[in-house]
Formats: sequence, C-alpha cells, structure tokens
Amino acid sequence: MANVDRDYQGLAFDYGRSPDQDAGVAVRHPVVVVGAGPVGLTAAIDLARRGVPVVVLDDDHKLSVGSRAICFAKRTLEIWDRLGCGDPMVEKGVSWNVGRVFFQDERVYSFDLLPDSGHRRPAFINLQQYYCEGYLHERTAALPAVDLRWRNRVTGVTPDAEGVTLEIDTPDGPYSLRADHVIACDGSRSAVRSLMGLESKGRVFRDRFLIADVRMKADFPAERWFWFDPPFHPNQSVLLHRQPDNVWRIDFQLGWDADPDLERQPERVRPRIRALLGEDADFEFEWISVYTFACLRMERFRHGRVIFAGDSAHGVSPFGARGANSGVQDADNLAWKLALVLAGKAPERLLDTYGTEREYAADENILNSTRATDFITPKSEESRLFRDAVLRLAKEHPFARRLVNSGRLSTPATLHGSALNTPDADAFGGAMVPGAPMTDAPGTMHGRPAWLLSCTGDVFTAILFAGDRGFDAATIAAIRALGTDGIPVKVLIVTPAGAAVPGADGIDCFADDDAVLARRLDASPGTCYLLRPDQHVCARWRTFDADRVRAAVARATCND
Amino acid sequence: MAILNIEPNIAQPDDFYEALIDMHRDLDAEQSRMANAHLILLLANHVGDEAVLREAMQRARALVPTSSDASRSPA
Ligand SMILES: Cc1cc2nc3c(=O)[nH]c(=O)nc-3n(C[C@H](O)[C@H](O)[C@H](O)COP(=O)(O)OP(=O)(O)OC[C@H]3O[C@@H](n4cnc5c(N)ncnc54)[C@H](O)[C@@H]3O)c2cc1C
Repeated sequence: MANVDRDYQGLAFDYGRSPDQDAGVAVRHPVVVVGAGPVGLTAAIDLARRGVPVVVLDDDHKLSVGSRAICFAKRTLEIWDRLGCGDPMVEKGVSWNVGRVFFQDERVYSFDLLPDSGHRRPAFINLQQYYCEGYLHERTAALPAVDLRWRNRVTGVTPDAEGVTLEIDTPDGPYSLRADHVIACDGSRSAVRSLMGLESKGRVFRDRFLIADVRMKADFPAERWFWFDPPFHPNQSVLLHRQPDNVWRIDFQLGWDADPDLERQPERVRPRIRALLGEDADFEFEWISVYTFACLRMERFRHGRVIFAGDSAHGVSPFGARGANSGVQDADNLAWKLALVLAGKAPERLLDTYGTEREYAADENILNSTRATDFITPKSEESRLFRDAVLRLAKEHPFARRLVNSGRLSTPATLHGSALNTPDADAFGGAMVPGAPMTDAPGTMHGRPAWLLSCTGDVFTAILFAGDRGFDAATIAAIRALGTDGIPVKVLIVTPAGAAVPGADGIDCFADDDAVLARRLDASPGTCYLLRPDQHVCARWRTFDADRVRAAVARATCND
Repeated sequence: MAILNIEPNIAQPDDFYEALIDMHRDLDAEQSRMANAHLILLLANHVGDEAVLREAMQRARALVPTSSDASRSPA
C-alpha cells in the first residue's frame, strides 16, 4: 500500500494499449468513469468493491499538478475508510480541529470544529492533493475490477436509449467504447459537459487569490489561521495551513485589480511571505498560483446515462474546503445506487435521486461558500463596515464570533426531505434525522475496540438497540431473515456495556461501552436506525419491526 | 407583520435619545458609522428573534426616501 517515501508528484503512469483498441468494434462496458481525479477514483473504487467492472479514462498520466486541494474533511475520510484507503491519508496528513481568526494585529478568537471526543477521525486533515490521488490510485491497483487507462482523452460523447458511445484519443490514435453508464468526473472544464452542449452556471467572484505552497521549518501549530486585514498584508485576508513534509500553504487575497502574471513571480511573492514570517525567514517555493473563484453548478447532474459528479457538476470557492469533499460525497451517493440498478435490484429512477440529493447538497455548499466569500471580500462600503464591526466585536462578544465567516468548513449535507427517507413516526431528539450521515461512536466489537462507522456501510445496516435482556427468539429470527433479503439488511445489535444478547451468535454486536452512541442517537432499548449503504440515515423507529424495515429499504431504493 | 413592537417601550425616552446622540460625541462621520454598526449588531443579538429583526430591517429600509435629492444613506 502507501509508501511514504514515494515521490508522488513526480510519478508518471504508463499508457498501456487496451485490447479494446484492437477489437474492431466499440467494446461495451457497464460503467466508464471519465477523469481520474479524487472523485473519479473514489467512484471507481466504490463500484469495483461492489463487483461492478469500471473503466477509468484520464487524459493525463500524472497525479494532480501542484497541491490544489489540501483540506479533507472528516466525512470524506470516513468514506475513504469504508473504501479501505482512509488510513494512509490520515497517517500522512496533518490532523487539525482548531481554526484561529485574527483581525489587524489582534487574535480575535478560535473555534474547535470537533469539540467532543469519541470520533475516529479528526475534523480535517491537510494533505496535498497528489498524495490523496496517489493513495486512491494505489487502492485501485488492488482492485482488478478497475481498468485505469492513462492518456485516454474523451473527445466525443453520444448518448442514445441503450447506452453511450465514447470517442477516445490515445497516443496510438483514436478508438471507441460503449458504456451502459458514464460518470463524468472530468473536472471544472469538463469535456463531457461541453461535448453534450451543457453548462455549469453561477457567479464568478471579482477577486484574486495568490496561493503559495512553501517548504520551511516553522513552529506554527496544526491549526487553520486566518487573518483579516493584517498589518503585513493590509486591507486583504491571509490564510495559513500546515501540510505534510514541512510544506505550508499561504493564501493571500490580492483584490480584483491585481495582475495575475506579475503576482505569481517568485520575486513578488517572496516579500509578501517575509512580511508574514519575518525578514530572515528561510523557505523554498513548492508551488505558486493565482486564482479567481466561482460558485457554479449544472442545472441537473443526471442526463440519462451520463451522470456528472465533482467539479464537472459544481464548483465552489475554496473557503470552506467544499470542492473535493463534496465531490467525494457525490461518488459515495452514486456508487451504491448505480450498483443496485446494474444488478437489476432497483429501477433506473433511483439514479434520479442521485441528482436531486446531490443538487440539494451542492446548493448548500454554494450558499456557504458564497456567504464566506462575501464576508471575506465585502462588495460594498456598508458590507465592509459591518464585516469590520463584527470582527471588532468578536474578541470580547461571543455572539459576534458566530457571525465571523472565514469559511464555513465542509460538513456533509443532511438530505432533508429526500424521497428516499421514511419520515419519522416516532419522536426523537438529536441531529441524526432521516437524511443525516451517521455519526461515529466508540465501542467494542468481538472483544476489540471498534468504531461504529467501521461496522456499518456498504450495505443497508439496521442499528438496533438491545436492552439488558436482549431479544426474544422471534425477533432474533426476524433479524436473521433480513440478512437474506434480495437487498440484504445487515443488523448491528447495540448492547449496553457488558450485556450479552442470548441467541444472537453470528449477528454483529457492538457494545456501546460509554453509552455515547445511545446518547448521540437519542436511543432507548428497541430503537432502530436504518442506514443506507452510504451510511445516511433513511428511517428510524422506537421499536423494531422487520416489515417496516423492509418497507423503508424499498422506499430508499425506489422499489416501493 | 407587527411582531416588532412599535409602541413606546423606553421608560425615559428623552434620556435614551440624549445618550444615543452622546454616543457619537467627538466622533467623525466614519467613526460614527462604525459605532452605529456595533450598536446594531449588539442590539440585534439581544433581540435574537429573526422575524422581529427582519421586520425592523424592512421598516428601516422602507423609510429611506427614494427621490434622487435625498439619496444620502441612513446609517
Ligand atoms: C487552490 C485550490 C485549493 C483547493 N482547496 C481545496 C480543499 O482544501 N479542499 C477541497 O475539498 N477542495 C479544494 N479544492 C477543490 C478541489 O481541488 C477540486 O474540487 C477537486 O480536484 C475536484 O475533483 P474532480 O475529481 O471532480 O476533478 P479534477 O481533480 O479536476 O479531476 C478531473 C480529471 O479529469 C481528467 N480529464 C479532464 N478532461 C478529460 C478528458 N476529456 N478525457 C479524460 N480525462 C479528462 C483530468 O486530467 C483530471 O485528472 C481546491 C482547489 C483549488 C484550485
């Protein structure tokens, strides 16, 4: 698996001629993923683990150039844990939970994104995008169902009622493929999107940001530091993040009038960094770039057999780290649905719910990202006046800290109102409403420490709380029967510390040693939460009834 | 509408008004705008109720004269 000494940035992958190129006809594949970025690779791994063969086409033969995304959120790590590649990311990444905000020459306040313990993963890790893609790539290498083809550029997309024909350019010349379904993960300038005459629309922000990754020895803590109007870069904002390998990301707001070609010259950037770090600071440049940002999305993410995911479908400004993180959640949402449809276990309209759920999530991300950008770049004098007033108040007035917006950092969308949710009939407190991604919790399984999220996912999972006396024989039989349904439901019995469930041998039992899970789920004996294969809650009850579980599974798969 | 209390609610209105004007004493126009912004935020948090705040914002905006000669913005 992951090799810490590997020079991921320098890796170049060989183009290999596929037998499809000599077939004389367009060979048919159930799924073709276009783009081997974080989203395409995640989708391919998820599908392959479900037994779906996937061809992945990428026009390049390298991992992400420069660092680009660095902040990967807890939920993203949980998805990668489910896919078997979370560990190398977290081992290599810099874990952090705390953000600190400065205004002019003062520390204003700090926030903790994960104040309670009892979670396997931190709020965030910082990790260069090339490592992230490198580890995902290594994960695909262990999955024979993934057929990854470098230097395969998609140049034509023709969907029809039965499938999609793709034209592909390679160093050996062009060839064609047929796909039952295409997942377009080909990034913000998506070729598939433009070849289909589609657009991603929204708002472009009139501001420019200089992003410099520098290598240096420094002793800033592993925190996100954000300055508004600091003395070393007046009137603009600055963001500092620590990455692995002694690399630091420094992001300077430049304003709209800045000249991008001039500003990316190292001799222009050096004094800016010296102003922050001190005149004698010693550092080397890893990467310098100047960006403008936009918030956009396609009107619909599903166009029949062509489905858009990641930056091809939506774009956000990076404040909040919602780009790659939301794209990975797209893949997480899509893979199980597509696998069920391909297996003939769910109707095609299940794929429409990928669109509705992820369009809803994209709107949430765009709203958060737009608001942060408006706070960081006030668009009027009045807006600037209130922005600075909030910052001045924040130091001593806790309420104002909640108004400071240096980026609302990525959290997964709760899919409120999704047609796949079974609305609550019983009363519950807490955040784990239908549509919510399941929270983590510590416990014990098979006598060893375990995390709840590691015991769920991939398949529908019912989390069922046992009391001190366990369940009667009829209930145990009903639990076992659920596991043999056409769309099987795995039942995870949650027991209070030290309790055993007689007759439940072979059924997974999770000991909720400190009652953290019961508290987070507002659970009592008999409470049952049904999770989708992507770990989102889709139904919950105060009492267990296998037929209601079946009805909820049918609803969550459009089989009702 | 009318969640916002627009009936008299301040026991000593003249005292309050004097204090409000006093708050701006010796401030230039820019500083006064800042002070007003702080005040609005402090009071808004104290009120808390979003419907009340929205109604107050609507009323505040509606009272701004629209003719071009009266385009000076209220604080
Ligand atoms: C400066 C910066 C900082 C960022 N910081 C963060 C952050 O901290 N956290 C975060 O979550 N996000 C961040 N992002 C956003 C993040 O980088 C993107 O959201 C993410 O890369 C999107 O992944 P993707 O797989 O959808 O697309 P991409 O990563 O763009 O991958 C698309 C792939 O498709 C391939 N491709 C393109 N056209 C074709 C074609 N015709 N045929 C075949 N293949 C093709 C490309 O070669 C590429 O490999 C940041 C972005 C920038 C620019």
